[in-house]
Amino acid sequence: MTRDLLLEIGMEEVPARFLRSSMDQLKDRVMKWLSEARIEFGEVEAYATPRRIAVLIHQVAEKQQDINEEVKGPSRKIALDDSGNWSKAALGFARSQGVDPEQFYFKELSGVEYIYANKSSAGVETASVLSEGLMHCISSMNFPKNMRWGAYDFKFVRPIRWMVALFGTDIIPLEICGVTASNVTRGHRFLGQETVVSEPTEYVAKLREQFVVADLEEREQLILAQINALADEKQWKIAIKEDLLEEVLFLVEYPNVLFGTFDPSFLEIPQEVLITSMREHQRYFPVLDASGQLLPFFVTVRNGNRHAIDTVAKGNEKVLRARLSDAKFFYDEDQNFPIADALAKLETIVFHEELGTVGDKVRRIRAISDKLAARMQADADTSKLVSRTADICKFDLVTQMVYEFPELQGVMGEDYARKAGEPVQVAAAINEHYQPRFSGDHSPASLIGAIVSIADKMDTIVGCFSIGIIPTGSADPYALRRQAAGIVQIILDHKLPINLTELFDMAMDIHGSAQLLKRNRDEIRIDLCDFFALRVKNVFTDKVRYDVVDAVMASGFDHLVSVVARGTQLMKVVSEQSDFKVTIESFNRVSNLASKADSIEINASKFVESVEHDLFNQHQAVHAKYHEALQAGDMAAALEQLSGLQDAITAYFDKVMVMAEDADVRANRLAQLHAIAEDLKLFADFSKIVWA
Amino acid sequence: MNFQQIILTLQNFWAEQKCVVVQPYDVEKGAGTLNPMTFLRSIGPEPWNVAYVEPSRRPADGRYGENPNRLYQHHQFQVIMKPSPDNIQELYLESLKRLGVDPLEHDIRFVEDNWEHPGLGAWGLGWEVWLDGMEVTQFTYFQQVGGIETNPVAVEITYGLERLASYIQAKENVFELEWVDGITYGDVFLQPEYEHSKYTFETSDVPMLFQLFNTYEEEARKTMDQNLVFPAYDYVLKCSHTFNLLDARGAISVTERTGYITRVRNLSRQIAATYLAEREKLGFPMLKKGDV
Repeated sequence: MTRDLLLEIGMEEVPARFLRSSMDQLKDRVMKWLSEARIEFGEVEAYATPRRIAVLIHQVAEKQQDINEEVKGPSRKIALDDSGNWSKAALGFARSQGVDPEQFYFKELSGVEYIYANKSSAGVETASVLSEGLMHCISSMNFPKNMRWGAYDFKFVRPIRWMVALFGTDIIPLEICGVTASNVTRGHRFLGQETVVSEPTEYVAKLREQFVVADLEEREQLILAQINALADEKQWKIAIKEDLLEEVLFLVEYPNVLFGTFDPSFLEIPQEVLITSMREHQRYFPVLDASGQLLPFFVTVRNGNRHAIDTVAKGNEKVLRARLSDAKFFYDEDQNFPIADALAKLETIVFHEELGTVGDKVRRIRAISDKLAARMQADADTSKLVSRTADICKFDLVTQMVYEFPELQGVMGEDYARKAGEPVQVAAAINEHYQPRFSGDHSPASLIGAIVSIADKMDTIVGCFSIGIIPTGSADPYALRRQAAGIVQIILDHKLPINLTELFDMAMDIHGSAQLLKRNRDEIRIDLCDFFALRVKNVFTDKVRYDVVDAVMASGFDHLVSVVARGTQLMKVVSEQSDFKVTIESFNRVSNLASKADSIEINASKFVESVEHDLFNQHQAVHAKYHEALQAGDMAAALEQLSGLQDAITAYFDKVMVMAEDADVRANRLAQLHAIAEDLKLFADFSKIVWA
Repeated sequence: MNFQQIILTLQNFWAEQKCVVVQPYDVEKGAGTLNPMTFLRSIGPEPWNVAYVEPSRRPADGRYGENPNRLYQHHQFQVIMKPSPDNIQELYLESLKRLGVDPLEHDIRFVEDNWEHPGLGAWGLGWEVWLDGMEVTQFTYFQQVGGIETNPVAVEITYGLERLASYIQAKENVFELEWVDGITYGDVFLQPEYEHSKYTFETSDVPMLFQLFNTYEEEARKTMDQNLVFPAYDYVLKCSHTFNLLDARGAISVTERTGYITRVRNLSRQIAATYLAEREKLGFPMLKKGDV
């Protein structure tokens, strides 16, 4: 026999960003408790609106399952005392299992006798345990931010104001913070009323009557359908950003979409500013035309019906007008603020207590950028542009617009720099030097932007590492992981022929000359290598098998372009050429023996077998071409050269006993293998490849 | 409804809810929260319900009376109820109805907004209340004040009177609001707005302000050593306002900023602790029998 179960927790408006996880948590806790209490149940549904989270569980058994199991106790030796009575241990076991010692019996397990008992108890009525179980589910919930209210000693995400708890048609007695569970839920704050839910499956329908759409998917579809209808009608493109939609979904119980307009003269302000203001401040959806140009309209979602919707639209227009007037004011003011003045102000802003001001940081970025440009053999013009970009890349941080909208750093810098007559490449590179801004974002398009971006990021990473700020676990307050990943991405996208350690040294030299290196250089370098190794591994993700990644990384990842090309090529060969396993086995034999070599001198006159000459000649032939290919970054050719050694190696091992008794012969052979192993090592540690 | 009627309506409404209606506190401050009727009385076990208008000075927001929305001094209507009543949101919405704001004609939302005042060692969780997209009220359950956990919890409702009035009166410019029949907000406040902005940004005597900060701080400390909480707190408020004037003038660098805020916070924490101790010595006189 089963009944349906409903638990609704009614609260004051829960923060939108916590709702989905709170709903899932309630659902998981109730399901987990039911399972642990041996109460069977069917399908589970969960609901959430700004004022409630709820879980509806179908077909909950009216009785717990009976327990019927055999339990094993202590061994006979321990269970009986000297006079053959039950020992304390045995009695304790009886107590803990709730069985009578009379019922013990002995059974042998792996040659030892133990006491056993049959434990059985009849399941109780579900109704008799629900109160305690659900109370436990609710009070054990936790949230990113908890609060207390009134005079209650209880923490929850927001104050609890009502509860509905039904098992079939029966109310489950629950009480928390003066709130007693009933079968009465509350409808929409303004449009709805209190309403009786007489049995759990009525829940969604009863709420709908009271202007609450409890089901998330239904609510989301309602919003999207209305937005799409409006877009069709007006021939608009309405830009729906996922996270904004998610937030809006949890700000309304009864969604109605409306639009408003703003003065087209505001379109003079850069689109990014308008869009950010609409999205971040007002949770509006911006409206674009077919070509992606912003139109002077916005779309918002009311928590209510369509009554007096013009008033709502007008009110929102008024708010937006004030916001955009502010933005316009900042935009105009900022343009009257010379870049030189902004740079002076950077000298007063602390970047980090131990690493100086933003002004200091900018000087370091400039120094690293100049070194990097020289290393990249940038031409004179490019070098000049790099220097200028580095000098002014942070000036927009002290503009009013970026103060108001920190996420527009770089975007405003580009706009203002262009208006101030800076070269267009410099303006663009100011914006680019923040790229990639997030995982999946693109790299700076220009070399100038790439250089300054690397310099900025490497300066932050090296500075932090030098004062002991190294990301651990989830603690990464300066987003160093993202910045390191950014550097890796830029080097690969621009195929920059530079070693990571060179970059480390450039940044460390500059920190050193400013007396900012608080730790030993070698220690910092080791930490940096470990830190970057993980970022480099992430580049391969699922394209290259982990053992192949380990193999090529073991040969060094200092040169990123090389390690990625080697990894990709090796993966291709390993997966496409079934006989490559034999080649690698021959490589591994060479490398294993080569590790025994004491001398590296090969003396061809000491060869005994003709296959020794063959291998020597073959290696001579391959060696130069192999190095050429490596130099040129042609990893397919490089690997092909190495593979060309395989026949000679196989023939060699067939005929030659490397560990010959004659010490000279032996040393000469080992030296030969060592020479080959050295070449192999430049590509990968092939012994790391795992064969299924 | 004119500005004056809005104030009177709110006062009457909250008086009906058994709030003590007090007058604005006579020391400059940036927000109604800094009024000792809120800051100090939110601490400790004694029940406390109060409502008042607070003229709030934000020197950095001064715009010479030229910006339609930003003011050197604006007005807050502040309500504190401790412990927070179970129907506090309904009470608040009822007060809006009294102001003629019919929720069925509008879109009213409670949007998460958590409040923190590092200088007061205080934080709370709550919302900003949106009226058709405009933030008209801050709604906060204090969790900590002066570094002390609140118990019971006080709820603070802060109406932004100019914003509310500009909505109710459908005015774009704050200076065009009607204070009473025939007298506008600008008639009353435009000249002080201009003069205070000019003083704040152009003519204030910076060395004197630094000296004042130190003097006030020292006096606060000395007064507190005598366990005189309220006068000591007045000097903390003066420190805070002096700091705001210096900050608006751009006289305090980012590095120094943290130092000054820490100084004000240390004073606030000490005062909060002393206040609680002094009330305890008095036997928490506002606790009714049976409340303990």
